[in-house]
Amino acid sequence: MTPIPRRRTRPRPALILLGALTAALVALPLVFVMAEATSGGLGRAGFLLARPKVVELLGNTARLVIAVTVLSVFLGTVTAWLTECTDLPGAPLWRVLLVLPVAIPEFVSGYAWVSFTSTVRGFGGAVLISTMSLYPLVYLPVVAMLRRRDPTQDDVARSLGLTDAQVIRRVVIPTLRPAMLAGALIVSLHLLGEYGAFSIVRYPTFATEIVTEYDIGFDPAAAGMLSMVLVVLCSTILAAESRAAGATTYARIGAGAARPSAPARLGRALPLTLASLTGLAALALGVPVATLGYWLLNGGSTTLPPASIWSATSTTLLLSLAAAGASTLCALPVALLAVRYRTRLTLLLERGAYTARALPGAVVALALVFFALRYAPPLYQSIPLLITSYVVLFLPLALTAIRAVLVQIPARLAEIGEGLGVGRGQVLIRITLPLLAPGLGAGAALVFLATATELTSTLLLRPTGLETLATQFWVYLTGLAYGAAAPYAALMIAVSAGPTYFLTRWQPSTATAAAPFTTPERAAPAGLVGAS
Amino acid sequence: MTQVATTTAPPPTEASPTVRLQGVRKTYDGYPVLEGIHLDAPAGQLTAILGASGCGKTTLLRLIAGFDTLDTGQITLAGRTIDDGTRAVPPGQRRIGYVPQEGALFPHLSVAANIGFGLPRRPHRQRHHRVRELLEMVGLAELADRAPHQLSGGQQQRVALARALAPRPHLVLLDEPFSALDPALRAQLRHDLLTLLRTTATTAILVTHDQNEALSTADHLAVLHQGHIAQAGQPITLYRQPTNPTVARLTGQVNLLHGRIDPAGAHCELGTLPVRPGGPRHPAPALIMIRPEQIHLETFDRTTAHPNTVIAGKVLHQAYHGHHTSVTIQPRDHPTLRLIARTTTDLTIHELIGFRITGTVTAWPSPRDNPHPTP
Repeated sequence: MTPIPRRRTRPRPALILLGALTAALVALPLVFVMAEATSGGLGRAGFLLARPKVVELLGNTARLVIAVTVLSVFLGTVTAWLTECTDLPGAPLWRVLLVLPVAIPEFVSGYAWVSFTSTVRGFGGAVLISTMSLYPLVYLPVVAMLRRRDPTQDDVARSLGLTDAQVIRRVVIPTLRPAMLAGALIVSLHLLGEYGAFSIVRYPTFATEIVTEYDIGFDPAAAGMLSMVLVVLCSTILAAESRAAGATTYARIGAGAARPSAPARLGRALPLTLASLTGLAALALGVPVATLGYWLLNGGSTTLPPASIWSATSTTLLLSLAAAGASTLCALPVALLAVRYRTRLTLLLERGAYTARALPGAVVALALVFFALRYAPPLYQSIPLLITSYVVLFLPLALTAIRAVLVQIPARLAEIGEGLGVGRGQVLIRITLPLLAPGLGAGAALVFLATATELTSTLLLRPTGLETLATQFWVYLTGLAYGAAAPYAALMIAVSAGPTYFLTRWQPSTATAAAPFTTPERAAPAGLVGAS
Repeated sequence: MTQVATTTAPPPTEASPTVRLQGVRKTYDGYPVLEGIHLDAPAGQLTAILGASGCGKTTLLRLIAGFDTLDTGQITLAGRTIDDGTRAVPPGQRRIGYVPQEGALFPHLSVAANIGFGLPRRPHRQRHHRVRELLEMVGLAELADRAPHQLSGGQQQRVALARALAPRPHLVLLDEPFSALDPALRAQLRHDLLTLLRTTATTAILVTHDQNEALSTADHLAVLHQGHIAQAGQPITLYRQPTNPTVARLTGQVNLLHGRIDPAGAHCELGTLPVRPGGPRHPAPALIMIRPEQIHLETFDRTTAHPNTVIAGKVLHQAYHGHHTSVTIQPRDHPTLRLIARTTTDLTIHELIGFRITGTVTAWPSPRDNPHPTP
């Protein structure tokens, strides 16, 4: 583990203030939700919690999370091994095809499946759609891990008497565990927050129920209680993962000899492998793309895209840009404090900022609704509040990306700058920020992408009459106007595809120290999780 | 597949080498990496393979381990053919321990679990006992439960060796195991590991680019150059009587001079020098080798200096190494010539000194138009 550079000097109070404000901003929704949930007194809270509905939702959510996470880890790991460690023909093409599904928002592929066949419904449908769009979130970190692990370990294991199959079971898979865990964490957190796709296939989970209860009869205490359960579920998963990952903070030891190992021969398994991969690509990519293409060409009632499509596009772009800028600005002081001035206080601030990872879009939106209605009615359904919700939701993405680059910039550089008589502010502008540019860019891009495909929070918080690509798509979809919805979905994918591809190539160097709740290889895939 | 019982294989007899390579050839993409390799690694001894980087030494090691297969040739281990260019015994069935450059410990396993990795899981007691025994041997008994990343580089290498030795292999392969360590630690670890290999009478092959390491550790030394074995034998033989200039250079600092040989000796700018017994005698142009320690420095005294044996020269440059000083001398009568010598006395730059050549020299007949052979 790379030691985090420490500095004796104290941070400026202004920096601490900025960091504290950000952490407070992120932590506040949790406080509001808690306050609302218990507003009717503890007795009512207990009653709300013990409803049969809650038990049913708990069962539904747990079943779904377990099934999809297990399947995604399996698919992601096997496909990563196939493209990185075997003589699979056309591996570069497969790498792209296997990652691409992540550029299609889950509710878009849900729409594609449902308009393609009416049999995709309920638990089975939810598992199919989620697995097909989420397995790349395991594939990416496992590929990164496979590339940086030391193949000499396999040689040593074989010289100690292991067959190739035993090497995979006893050496390769155990060393991949951190990456598999990281992927499983992102997949399961995403599932807990997903609203759109499960609403389409009519599979009720906590997230869908929170939005429904909010829409139907607004009962703050009931919605708040459901949110509390969801937050507890998310926190449990985060805690379990951080315990499991804590035991496996190993990377490769020493630089190792740079000798790529010979790829495993697929041999007679090749036809079956190719057939399976083709099938996977057909399900994950073929069906959504083909269905979307069909609806685009046979739009039915609307042959021309309505004029609103351009305003929805520009709204989406502007909101995404604003969210990207605001999140990056908020993440910067927290990252600087946590990396450069490591104290108990700054560590607490950083952890506070990361708590947002346990807050699904529906919960954050609900908390902000409570806040606005109680304390600041003019802010209710205003653009600043909407952007605040994006910042709270996506701050961890920006923070992870910035942090991963910042830990690699030697603190000594800043010290040399100060030693040459330049003030600390000048050092930040002339040395740290230019070097940090890749991290800032990646962080902003991640937030941009996540915002462009965000649905849940936007639906609940947008000012009346304001439509983004995602919400307009949702309006047509819920009205069963499949043809009219298609152009919006296509534009959403177009907006995300390029940056997504760029981000899957972006890898902070492997030498970075692990953040308290995250590791660098999570940065890229985490960014592709739009809590929709 | 883990077979550890020591009774399954016949013990190698004293006379036969543990490993024998015959006519080994290996190409990558049609480009030969190793060609016509013949090499014996005597049982119970340490054979060092010395070569510059890129000479094919790691490839050679990987062929013996079974990570790569031969094009042609044959490798036998303890009397059994393990690769003949058509069929190869899988690495796991060869009973060869492998210690790579950086140790390559399994990061997800504790020190004890790393050492026990190649042992059968049962009987548990026996496995535990063997792991204990090796932990004691490498002096890491207290660190059994540590994770690899909590160990220093030297400790990691000790664990890597213990892991390789645990299943009692026929042979241990060491791939530059000390190169990643700092010099002080390197010397200590080298000493410890060699002691361990000797006390367990383990046959070992060490690959290195460090001539000091090769000369000081090996019982048997082979110099590998551009995919060929340039010379193999006892380290002292290779150092004193290299069969060609390449081996001379790779085994240590050397002065190479153009001259002639005839039955009277080797003639060069420094006079006539005696050629070692068994050296070439037929009159021919030759390349003459003088090791630095053969140049004996003394104070130059015009009146007493014997013009036939003591040569005058000027100190051009010196590099202090602690236990000796390496001196570059410019002979007064041959200002284009540079000689490297060793001394323990203090000199000053530009000082005029006298020197003479002691002992016999090695000479190789050569065409006169050789490329300039200064070291």
